[in-house]
Amino acid sequence: MRFADIAGFAWASLKGTRTRTLLMVLAMAIGVAAVVMLTSLGEGARQYVVGQFSSLGTHLVIVFPGKTETGGGFANTMVGRSPRDLTIEDALAVARSRYVTRVAPLSVGTALLSFGRRSREVPVLGSTASLLEVRKMALAQGSFLPPGDARNAVPVCVLGWKVREELFGASPALGQSVRIGDRRFRVIGVLATQGQSLGFNTDEFVVIPVASAQQLFNSFSLLRILVEAKGREMVEKARADVIEIIKSRHEGEEDVTVVTQDAVLATFDRILRTLTFAVAGIAAISLAVAGILIMNVMLISVSQRTREIGLLKALGAAPAQIRNLFFAEAAMLSLIGAIAGLLLGETGSLLISQIYPALPAGAPLWAVAAALGTALATGIGFSVMPARRAARLDPVASLARR
Amino acid sequence: MISLARLDRMFQVGDQQVRALRNINLEIAAGEYLSIMGPSGSGKSTLLNIIGLLDRATSGLYRFDGREVTALSDEEQAQVRREKVGFIFQFFHLVPRLTALENVELPMVLAGIAATERRSRAENLLVNYGLANRAHHRPDQLSGGQRQRVAIARATVMHPAVLLADEPTGNLDRASGTEVVEILERLHEQGVTLVVVTHDPALGNRAHRRLRMVDGAIESDMQAA
Repeated sequence: MRFADIAGFAWASLKGTRTRTLLMVLAMAIGVAAVVMLTSLGEGARQYVVGQFSSLGTHLVIVFPGKTETGGGFANTMVGRSPRDLTIEDALAVARSRYVTRVAPLSVGTALLSFGRRSREVPVLGSTASLLEVRKMALAQGSFLPPGDARNAVPVCVLGWKVREELFGASPALGQSVRIGDRRFRVIGVLATQGQSLGFNTDEFVVIPVASAQQLFNSFSLLRILVEAKGREMVEKARADVIEIIKSRHEGEEDVTVVTQDAVLATFDRILRTLTFAVAGIAAISLAVAGILIMNVMLISVSQRTREIGLLKALGAAPAQIRNLFFAEAAMLSLIGAIAGLLLGETGSLLISQIYPALPAGAPLWAVAAALGTALATGIGFSVMPARRAARLDPVASLARR
Repeated sequence: MISLARLDRMFQVGDQQVRALRNINLEIAAGEYLSIMGPSGSGKSTLLNIIGLLDRATSGLYRFDGREVTALSDEEQAQVRREKVGFIFQFFHLVPRLTALENVELPMVLAGIAATERRSRAENLLVNYGLANRAHHRPDQLSGGQRQRVAIARATVMHPAVLLADEPTGNLDRASGTEVVEILERLHEQGVTLVVVTHDPALGNRAHRRLRMVDGAIESDMQAA
C-alpha cells in the first residue's frame, strides 16, 4: 500500500467523525500549548535574570571581609578572632594585580541629605571613579567622581536620578552645594535612571568619594571591593590573585570571601533552568492525558469500524496494513493537534511578551521540538494497542456483525 | 484449483465444542460453477470462508492453486486473498464514507497500484456494470442492486481466479437479483471459478455442480446434466 494512500484513507476516516476528531485535536493542542507557554515563561524568567546579571558585568569579582559573608559574627564570638577590615589600601593593592583592570572599593551607609529646606534620608555609597565602569552605570548630567588618589576626601557628590528630582525638582542641580550629614558636598553629576538592578536601585542613592564616606561614617572598613578582571577567562586567575594579595597583606590569613559574578550567575541560571524543566514536565502531563484520550478514541473507532476492518481483510489487507492505517490516523491526529497547539502556544507567548515587555518570553527551540515530539510519540504510542487489536480482529466474526 | 481433504472446523461456544465442518473432502477444478446449499447452520458459509482463506480449518489439508494454505503466514494468506479471491457478501459491505468508485478502487489501493491506473480500471468496470453515472455516489445513495453491482466490481477488479458469493441475492428483490446473477454467470463464462452459497433453490440450481450440506457435512454432490 502506498504512503499517500495510507494517509488519504486515514484522513478520510478522520473526516468521517468530525466532532470527535476536532475534540481530539483540541485536547492535543492544549497539551502542546501548555508546554510551549510554560517553558517560554520559565525561559523568559531565566533570560531576564541572566540579563540583569550580565548588565553588571560578567567578569566581576567581589571581595567581602570575613571568611563567609554570614560567618563573620559566628567566628567572632566563638573563636574570639575578628576578621581584619578591608581597607582602601587593600583595594589599591588588588588594583596592581596583572589580571585586574579596575577596582572599586565600596562603603555604604545612610545619611540625611539636605538642600535648602528639603531633606531626605538616603543610602550613601562611597567609592571611586572606577565604580561607573565596574557597575556599568551611566551619567545623565555632569561628570562622575574625579579620578585620582582614592585616599583624598574630595567634597563632591553624584546624585541618583530620583534623589535629584525630589531635592531639586525642575531647577538645575549641578554646581549646587548640598549637605550630607554634617558635611557639605558639591553636586558634580547626576546618574541616568536605570531602574531596579537586583535590589540596587541606583536612582535612589548618592555617590561620594570613598575617603569622604569614611570620614562621614567614621569607619575605615569597606563593605566590599568590586574587582573587574581583564577578561572573562581571567576571572578565575584574578580571584586566586586577589586572595593571594589580601592574604599577604593580612599576615597570611585568608580572612576574605571572594565571589565571582559568574558563579552567582551560573547558580541562578541552573535554578531557573531546573524550574523551567519542572514546569515543562508538569505541562507534559496534559500531553500524556491527550495520549490516553487518543487511545480511547482509537479503541472506539476500532469497535465501530469492525465491519470495515473485516472487509479490508477480505479484500486482502495484511495485518501490518491494518495497523499502519490506525497508526496513520493517530499520527495525523497528534500532528494536527501539535501544530494547532504550537500556534496557540506561540500566540500566548506573544501575548505575554506584549503585557510584560521586560520578560523576553519565547519558547526555546528544544521545548518546541520536545512538545511536538512528545505529542507525536504519545499519539502513536497510545495507538499501538488499538491498532494491534484491529489487526487481530477475526474477519469472519467482524463481517457477520450487522 | 481447490482441494480440501479431511477438513474439520471446530468452534468453542461457551464450554461446548461445536463441529461446524466435519470431514470435508472436496475438489473444485478451475472454471467450475458450484453452488453450496443447505439449511442455516449447516456450515456452508464456514466452508466458503475457509475456501476464501478468511477462516482456518481446525484440522485437515487445504491446497489452493497448488499451494498448501495452512502453511502460509498471515501476510501470504492476505496476498492470496488480494490477488486470487473475490468475495461477494449478502450485505454488500461497501465502505459507507467512500464513493462507488473509491469502493471499487479499494483492493487496488491495498495492492499498491498507482492512482491513475486504479481510476481507469475502476471506471471501466463500473461502465461495464451499467453504473457509469453512479460512480461518485455513496452507497447510501444507491439501490440494493446497484450496491451489489459495485461490490461485484470491487470483487473482480483484481481479476481473481475464484469468486466466492455468500447469498449474493439474499437481500435483493427478484429483478435486481436476476441482474446480479447474470453478471456473475457472465464472469464464469469468462473463465472465473464461481462458488455460490445460498439457500434459494432457484439460484442454487442454476449452478452446474450442486453441493448440499447438512450438519457440517457434504450430503450430496451433484453434477447437472
